[in-house]
Amino acid sequence: MTDTITTKYTRADFQTDQEVRWCPGCGDYTILAAVQGFMADLDLPKEQIVFVSGIGCSSRFPYYMNTYGIHSIHGRAPAIASGIAVARPDLSVWVVTGDGDGLSIGGNHLIHALRRNMNLKILLFNNQIYGLTKGQYSPTSEKGKRTKSSPAGSPDVPFNPVSLALGAEASFVARTIDMDRKHTVDVLEKAYEHKGTAFIEIYQNCNVFNDKAFIELTGKETRLENRINLEHGQPVTFGAEGEHAVVLVDGAAKVVPTDSVAAEDIMVHDVHAPNPSAAFALSRLSHGPYGPTPVGIFRDSVRSSYEQDVKQQLIDAQAKKGPGDLSKLIRSQGTWKVK
Amino acid sequence: MSDDTATLEATPSPDIEIEEIDKVIIRFAGDSGDGMQLAGTRFTADSAIFGNDLATLPNFPAEIRAPAGTIPGVSSFQVQIADFDILTPGDEADVLVAMNPAALKANLVDLRTGGMIIANEEAFEERNLAKAGFAANPLEDGSLAGYRVFRVPMERLTKEAVKETGVTGRDVLRSKNFFALGLVSWVFHRPLETSIAWVESKFAKRAEVAAANIASLRAGYNFGLTTEAFHHVYNIKPAKLAAGEYTNVTGNTAMAWGLLAASQAARLPLFYGTYPITPASDILHELAKHKNFGVRTFQAEDEIAGAGAAVGAAFAGHLAVTGTSGPGLALKSETISLAISLELPLVVIDVQRAGPSTGLPTKVEQSDLLFSLYGRHGEAPLPVLAARTASDAFEATIEAARIALKYMTPVILLSDNYIANGSEPWKLPDLDALPDISVPFLTEPNADGRYVPYLRDPKTLARQWAVPGTPGLEHRLGGLEKQEVVGNVSYDTNNHQLMTELRDWKIRNIANDIPALEVDHDEGAELLVLGWGSTFGAIRAAAKRVRKDGLSVATAHLRYLNPFPANLGDVLGRYRYILIPEINQGQLRKLIRADFLVPAMGFNKVKGLPFHVSEVENKIREILAS
Ligand SMILES: Cc1ncc(C[n+]2csc(CCOP(=O)(O)OP(=O)(O)O)c2C)c(N)n1
Ligand code: SF4
Ligand SMILES: [Mg+2]
Repeated sequence: MTDTITTKYTRADFQTDQEVRWCPGCGDYTILAAVQGFMADLDLPKEQIVFVSGIGCSSRFPYYMNTYGIHSIHGRAPAIASGIAVARPDLSVWVVTGDGDGLSIGGNHLIHALRRNMNLKILLFNNQIYGLTKGQYSPTSEKGKRTKSSPAGSPDVPFNPVSLALGAEASFVARTIDMDRKHTVDVLEKAYEHKGTAFIEIYQNCNVFNDKAFIELTGKETRLENRINLEHGQPVTFGAEGEHAVVLVDGAAKVVPTDSVAAEDIMVHDVHAPNPSAAFALSRLSHGPYGPTPVGIFRDSVRSSYEQDVKQQLIDAQAKKGPGDLSKLIRSQGTWKVK
Repeated sequence: MSDDTATLEATPSPDIEIEEIDKVIIRFAGDSGDGMQLAGTRFTADSAIFGNDLATLPNFPAEIRAPAGTIPGVSSFQVQIADFDILTPGDEADVLVAMNPAALKANLVDLRTGGMIIANEEAFEERNLAKAGFAANPLEDGSLAGYRVFRVPMERLTKEAVKETGVTGRDVLRSKNFFALGLVSWVFHRPLETSIAWVESKFAKRAEVAAANIASLRAGYNFGLTTEAFHHVYNIKPAKLAAGEYTNVTGNTAMAWGLLAASQAARLPLFYGTYPITPASDILHELAKHKNFGVRTFQAEDEIAGAGAAVGAAFAGHLAVTGTSGPGLALKSETISLAISLELPLVVIDVQRAGPSTGLPTKVEQSDLLFSLYGRHGEAPLPVLAARTASDAFEATIEAARIALKYMTPVILLSDNYIANGSEPWKLPDLDALPDISVPFLTEPNADGRYVPYLRDPKTLARQWAVPGTPGLEHRLGGLEKQEVVGNVSYDTNNHQLMTELRDWKIRNIANDIPALEVDHDEGAELLVLGWGSTFGAIRAAAKRVRKDGLSVATAHLRYLNPFPANLGDVLGRYRYILIPEINQGQLRKLIRADFLVPAMGFNKVKGLPFHVSEVENKIREILAS
């Protein structure tokens, strides 16, 4: 749409005049800064970018991004973004959603967006709580969690968003952490390059209603023991000295001491594997940010994208039948003349 | 006419009497697996090509295959053909084709006394009779004495006819609907050529099925020709319709074509986001066939997503449409409110069916009017339009798109099951005269070097449409209340009052941009019959009938249900009596009474069927006599 002049942006170009209204210390700030910085470094004119969100603290995001954007209704962002992506394959369309927005009220739209594989980049800010409505348990809250709406403990079994996305035929699935800006940006880059829907679960700290939910992965004492960094083509090991390794036993991923197994038995991570089973097995290592938990890209596989297929159908139809001719159309069922 | 019969192998014997009649109402009825919709549609198409005026009423069960032979499994197709301008598919049938006892039982009440019954006699055996609840065979027990009954061994003759064609098993008897069609075509002097051509192209890939259907069709025709009982035949001359070129069209097809036309008239690509639902799905099916028009059909995971995707497409600069029926409209409600708040153009089609809940999915009702006007949270006004006939649906659709684009608003366009599936001749419009409904996208900042999304046109109060991809016009829209002009989130209470009023004024103001309500036969009438939607034909025809007796009655039909035409109050004020027939419990009546404080009377029916002309006629006579 624009000429080939390379646009050189700074982060400030992606900031808006709107006062950012998240609570001080909220993980959303760091994600916003990472995304704005990442966008500035992209060689993409900002008028080509659209952010669509639902409702929630996280969903205020588009107001703070100086691109095109819609702050829509609770849970429906993937549907609205799908319309944009199908109508305009030339745009870069991003969805920002929360664990309640994307996995509860909007769960249906999310899974269908994933299976269709449209050019959508979906950022799910998972703080394991309903922030905006002031602290009820969410579909990712751990079972037994005590909140305002679950004083005796939540009776719900949570979703594992990565497993869910893999099960929903997602072609790109990743997990990152708000505090790790570099990691977030790396994952965003890969997601952007991916053709089709990319799903990124971002562990996001809500310091008001669910503080330190991810401490096992971010705390100084625990993070080395728990954070499994997934690297394409590398054996899956972790710990200060790489002393833990992941092996596949009967299809299930298992953590073992690295020195207890032969090097060739350690899982080697392949993001491009056509079959998602190994990625799924990795996603089952933890159910929530507790104990050894993989972060990084689980899957990045190539599949045709929905909006390109639709576009091709239009091109094929025109090639076959010529451009739409209304006059012919209204006569297509036979006509007669009255004099 | 003799030209047509001459093309058939057999020559008519000289003692065939041809009676000229001006109209006939035929109902094809059978099991839902008997192909009666197809027989009816083909007869209609043949009559249309022949030049008759016509109107149809398909009536089918909600289940795809209700138990065979039972009354719930009966499917019927009524068509009225005439040599003059008719408005409805007619009240009572003159001819009933009954493919089994259940079809006879379910439809006999609608056959006029003295009418003709063509019965597929072999189906009247013990089991079928029992399933239909007949203690004795009505073809034999004298209970049909008031009718002219023709017993035809359709199954045996069909089997005989298809013997050489290569069809086997269940396909053999499948063709019996074509036998029935052939016989009725003989009786009413219809040519077979168009149906033969249709079969040949439809079954081009299954030559034996094509051959069987054609053989059955001819066998039915020839059976009439050679059977003395059928030597009194009827002819209905072509109707004297206004000069022009015509096609036969259903409301759903006309709406789909209207959308394609609107897309061209708006110079915007069409986006149709939807989820399948009876009776709206055929709009999707029709549009999906015409991808060469650049239309993107999006079959979403549900109606919420269908509407949501359309809102996204509107934001992205497409002519965005979402179509559904009542249950789906309920699901779209929150998204439509969003579109009102974002002030994006969106056409929402509701092909109404009987509710509440799943209701009667294949039957007509006009019961979503109040829901369309008020079925949203908050103060959420939007324009509501209704098509009145199948052929009117084309123009009504373009008009809905015009209003949506010009006023940057969602518009609800109402149709119903009767309009959607019924067909009638449609005089093809002059496509060169289609209105230009395009609105330019904004390409430059509109306020001090920046874009403020809620700056309004002082006349229409519409905001300006800036689409992604336009440099310098990046902006965010949202469902939170917006500061006037600037569009930023605003919690200011006075601003909310102002924005609420602006959204309201914008819609009310459309009353100045729509045609005045026209009244038919105003002279000296004390009674106005006011309608909307698919009651049009019944109301006009009823008024015509009473006028023949020298009585005076005026009629008017609303296309615009919100806002009403500016002159509606004046019109209502001119009459002593106002009658509002509706296929609901009085929804327009409630609006008229509330807005104009007039004692409008209702005439309401919710049987899943359109009004009979005689029902409206009798009501008019009753009021005029009082
Ligand atoms: C239809 C509807 N139902 C309920 C709400 C209230 N609501 C707003 S945000 C929200 C939960 C948000 O949780 P999440 O998506 O996790 O976002 P967070 O605030 O945690 O970022 C709810 C229940 C709403 N706005 N709309
Ligand atoms: S409530 Fe939690 S998620 Fe919401 S802004 Fe405050 S800290 Fe962030
Ligand atoms: Mg949350």
